[in-house]
Amino acid sequence: MNLARWQQDFRDWLTVASNDASHRLVHGSTTGLDIYQNNYRAQLMSVLEASYPQVLARLGAVLFRDAAINHIDRHPPHAWTLDVYGENFEDTLRSLLPHNPDVHELAWVEWSLAQSFVAADADDVSNDDLASVDWETAELQLAPSLHLRRVTTNVEAIWSALYDDTEVPESEMLDASGGLITWRQGTSCRLRQTDATEYAALQSLHEDAHFASLCDVLVEHLGEDAGIARAGELLANWISAGIVIGIESHH
Amino acid sequence: MFTPPPTFSGYGLGLRKEHYRDFLDTDVPVDFVEVISENFMVDGGQPRQILRQVRERHPVALHGVSMSIGSFDGLDRDYLHRLRALADEIQPLFVSDHLSWSRLGRFNSHDLLPLPYTEEALDLVCRNIDMAQDVLGRSMLFENPSTYVSFVDSPMTEWEFLDHMSKRTGCGLLLDVNNVYVSSRNHGFDAHAFLRGIPADRVRQIHLAGHTETPEVLIDTHDQPVCVDVWSLYADAMSLLGPVATMIERDDAIPPLPEVLDELAIARDIGRRNMRLAEAA
Repeated sequence: MNLARWQQDFRDWLTVASNDASHRLVHGSTTGLDIYQNNYRAQLMSVLEASYPQVLARLGAVLFRDAAINHIDRHPPHAWTLDVYGENFEDTLRSLLPHNPDVHELAWVEWSLAQSFVAADADDVSNDDLASVDWETAELQLAPSLHLRRVTTNVEAIWSALYDDTEVPESEMLDASGGLITWRQGTSCRLRQTDATEYAALQSLHEDAHFASLCDVLVEHLGEDAGIARAGELLANWISAGIVIGIESHH
Repeated sequence: MFTPPPTFSGYGLGLRKEHYRDFLDTDVPVDFVEVISENFMVDGGQPRQILRQVRERHPVALHGVSMSIGSFDGLDRDYLHRLRALADEIQPLFVSDHLSWSRLGRFNSHDLLPLPYTEEALDLVCRNIDMAQDVLGRSMLFENPSTYVSFVDSPMTEWEFLDHMSKRTGCGLLLDVNNVYVSSRNHGFDAHAFLRGIPADRVRQIHLAGHTETPEVLIDTHDQPVCVDVWSLYADAMSLLGPVATMIERDDAIPPLPEVLDELAIARDIGRRNMRLAEAA
């Protein structure tokens, strides 16, 4: 058998336990092949458990295992790093538990925090950087570790209680949707819930990084004076939290 | 044509998360540490920061598990460039990976899958090693894996394959003594013949580890101390090879650092005694 065929058969054995493939690979006992298949599946299970400890705690071992097996069957790993294997687990949870947005959002929190943990390093904005800014042309640079999504449940409180090992609140829908952000300042990963206005403001920066455009968005939401005031307040908070890590202006 | 990296004689440990604090806060008595390359091939954050701090205190070997040198459809260039960037920053003692494959097209098993020891596989592995060493700009070491299936189609022994591979590509060898033992028991070959069959002048590093014995096969689990039979094989290896960097790998059920250092002290004793035999020869 040539090498290409050999490797295709091995893949088929690992992913779908093809008996035809196993017969071509070995003659007689499949004990050795069984070890490879067990390693393959056990490792992926371990990766999902390690990537989503709070989802595991929330769902319990049996339900989590069922979801993980479903995910492993549908999503063979493709990247060179196992760190990205859990990337679409939120989608698997959404398909299996379509009426549990708290679980979907909890999965997002865990995944995004893990991505923030190893994102590129960034410096804080210094006072010198601020001294010469032309705010008409200024563009805000967001931290490479920043992840953002709309939130509909009290998942931030749930995640925090699970993480701190305190009493976990019942899942609830929020009165009004807002935003969730994760990012890293120094080596510390952070999670924060935002109101709808801050969420819209951060989202707008992904499309247009100009401070002036941010002001336009906030004026549209809040009116002229309140919008401009909120823009200044948000920018100050984002700079001190390490969410905005650079300001570039074109004189 | 590359040549294997210079010999480094010393005793080290695989750096694991459980021991980060020990390595950052205290002067751990090791001659080098080895890290899993992929854990540090990230954009930034704490992992890279810790590695830089450890590097200030100890020589570091980069040991990969995802190069997939036996992949039929070649190597992943993104992977190689990330590894190159890490190696350029860390200036490692060695860059190593395994004689195995894990990737085929968009599928990646993340396991060290076995290769048949055929001329076709040898040609392919040598082509891939040439490419890896060219991109990295340095010679690599390749480790003999533990395997659980063997192939009727293999006309070469594993040690013959390693010999041809290292001579054709200029790569060095990482001799995993536990893997030799595990594979010899699983496939019924003579472990001492393996040690005598590989080119001694190409071996730059030795791994020692524990395994799990089941009724049918031995499994390379790295979750237990090195067993007596593997120590004995290590003594034989050192009497043949002379000074070679030796380290202990623990990847599961990781004990406190003093326990692993006690085990490393056994390696030092055995190494010191048996290296003299090699030097006398």
